[in-house]
Amino acid sequence: MSPLVMSAYSIESCLGSGLSATLDSLRSGRSGLRPCSFETVDLVTVVGMVEGLTTEPVSGTLAAYDCRNNRLARRALEQADFARAVAAARRRYGAHRIGVFAGTSTAGIHESELAFRARDSATDRLDLAGIRYRGAHNTFSIADFTQRSLALAGPALAVSTACASTAKVFGVAARMIELGLCDAAVVGGADSLCLTTLYGFHSLQLTASGPCRPFDEARDGISIGEAAGYALLERAADAGSGSGIALLGVGESSDAYHMSSPHPEGRGALSAMELALSAANLMASDIDYVNLHGTATRIGDAVEDRAITALLGATPCNSTKGLTGHTLGASGIVEAIIAALCIEHGFIPASPTTRKLDPQCTSHYVLDSVSRPLQRVMSNSFGFGGSNCSLILGRQK
Amino acid sequence: MKFYVDGIGVRGPGLPNWTTARAVLAGCAPYQPAEVTLTTSDTLPPAERRRATDTVKLAIAVCSEAMHHAGACSATTPSVFASSGGDGATITAILENLATPARELSPTRFHNSVHNAPAGYWSIATQSRAASTTVCGYDASFAVGLLEATSQALASNCSVLLAAYDLPYPPALHAVRPIAHGFGLGLVLSPYANVHSVAECRMELTRDCGPATALADPMLEALRVGNPAARALSLLLVLAKRSSQTVLIDYVSGQLLAVTLQPIAAPAP
Repeated sequence: MSPLVMSAYSIESCLGSGLSATLDSLRSGRSGLRPCSFETVDLVTVVGMVEGLTTEPVSGTLAAYDCRNNRLARRALEQADFARAVAAARRRYGAHRIGVFAGTSTAGIHESELAFRARDSATDRLDLAGIRYRGAHNTFSIADFTQRSLALAGPALAVSTACASTAKVFGVAARMIELGLCDAAVVGGADSLCLTTLYGFHSLQLTASGPCRPFDEARDGISIGEAAGYALLERAADAGSGSGIALLGVGESSDAYHMSSPHPEGRGALSAMELALSAANLMASDIDYVNLHGTATRIGDAVEDRAITALLGATPCNSTKGLTGHTLGASGIVEAIIAALCIEHGFIPASPTTRKLDPQCTSHYVLDSVSRPLQRVMSNSFGFGGSNCSLILGRQK
Repeated sequence: MKFYVDGIGVRGPGLPNWTTARAVLAGCAPYQPAEVTLTTSDTLPPAERRRATDTVKLAIAVCSEAMHHAGACSATTPSVFASSGGDGATITAILENLATPARELSPTRFHNSVHNAPAGYWSIATQSRAASTTVCGYDASFAVGLLEATSQALASNCSVLLAAYDLPYPPALHAVRPIAHGFGLGLVLSPYANVHSVAECRMELTRDCGPATALADPMLEALRVGNPAARALSLLLVLAKRSSQTVLIDYVSGQLLAVTLQPIAAPAP
């Protein structure tokens, strides 16, 4: 594929608001995970929660889109450098020439959870006013809200492939721009804390009681986080100076094995990574660091370790989910932005919650932050339904 | 954007498959409304067959039929799944469970709740490790899926399977999101003509040229507007009639897809 410049990006997570707060945490290893105090959740678990969302509703012309998920998305959309870059792109290309491809797994389902709980027990009737179906509950709300917030009018869609959602939107953008359906694209999205995912992953016995410990021999599951992030993608010939970071390759595959368990030999993961390398016209030895999916489940980490070792040998890798938590449908964009920050600032981030590496793991897992120039970084995202996506980012030539 | 339709699959009220739907839409057979019947695919392994929901059954049925007509290889064909509501029955059951003090969820129900569950089951049924995505565009989910599938077919120069499907919500959410009936369709889209191609299509994204093409028959038009996936009926009608015509389909943010179809003569027997 032709490289696309990531001319601006924004991020909001439990590590803080914006690029510099995120960068500080990645370098210092300051985790945003805290004991779960979300809503009325009575599970013993830790989460990567973004503070203050309950008191800042979306109002005005976009009030119909008010929900925790879009409040979180707005925090990322309004970050000054990103908003300025999108506004400049809108002037340059025209609103209808910029696509919006946004991902989420649960959109604004949390507001529907609250409406069902508040149901009149005598009549079993829902308070319909409590459900903003189109603006919040429906999966498309994330793309619709993003497009309207940025005053864009080009092609738009929501991708919802569980934890691969906001990685796969990069592939959509690459295809749409290549075919001339748009000249630039805003990709990203949001996933926010909700009872469905907290109790759902608990039902699968996949949530850790303490902070998740990727690739640790004592790892016992995920810590759920929430985040929003966006990137503006443009053709290299059209982009200004920007960040100097480019999307080089996207690889997508399916496991064809199980709905919630990865293929035991990591065949789907391997295929996604190989396809990303091939799309970028690179060899495995060209990759300087891999930001792993690394959610800290027993089986998921073991399988990814096998696939990484087979393809990339001793390439340095680690997971940043001990810092951010597993932000589910947002993890693709969060980790693409982390990869971009690592390249821009020349470092491999810390993995502070991993204390004793699993001796069964054979990949080169990095525990402490290292300063080192990075030319090309791979980021992996794997989701339920066996949906896999690998991205390769690198310095703009 | 130029592409070819190689295979079609349909499930809707009174439209149990493409052969029947083609006859009805072409005006060769009367439209007789009937319940949508869904059966479990025997291509799924036993565990997945037990866990398959109606949404999964609907999606797999239209995918299987379209792939059969296209003579395409399921194991290597990338897929695009498009749905507005995903699995409304499963999501409603989860919302009801979470409203009880115990908040006990079934693990199977949880993994079935993801928007891409039908795509996951399809990949397992066909042992396909090809790329698969699942998209949503609210009422324009079919149009969003059609543009995404076409761009994949053209960008990767291979056939792509598109499935669009939605089932009505159970009563609680039906009140806020009325979907009148179940409907699903599968299309196999190819970047080049081949022996299975039934129509050549030229498509563009346009603005300010609406309204979307409606169906003249009031009962069929009610089907079209009653389900986001059934927005495809205007396109299916032209395919059934084997006529040359441009169809307008609502896309998102006030845009439309203009699809100009040209039938391809069937090869001599």
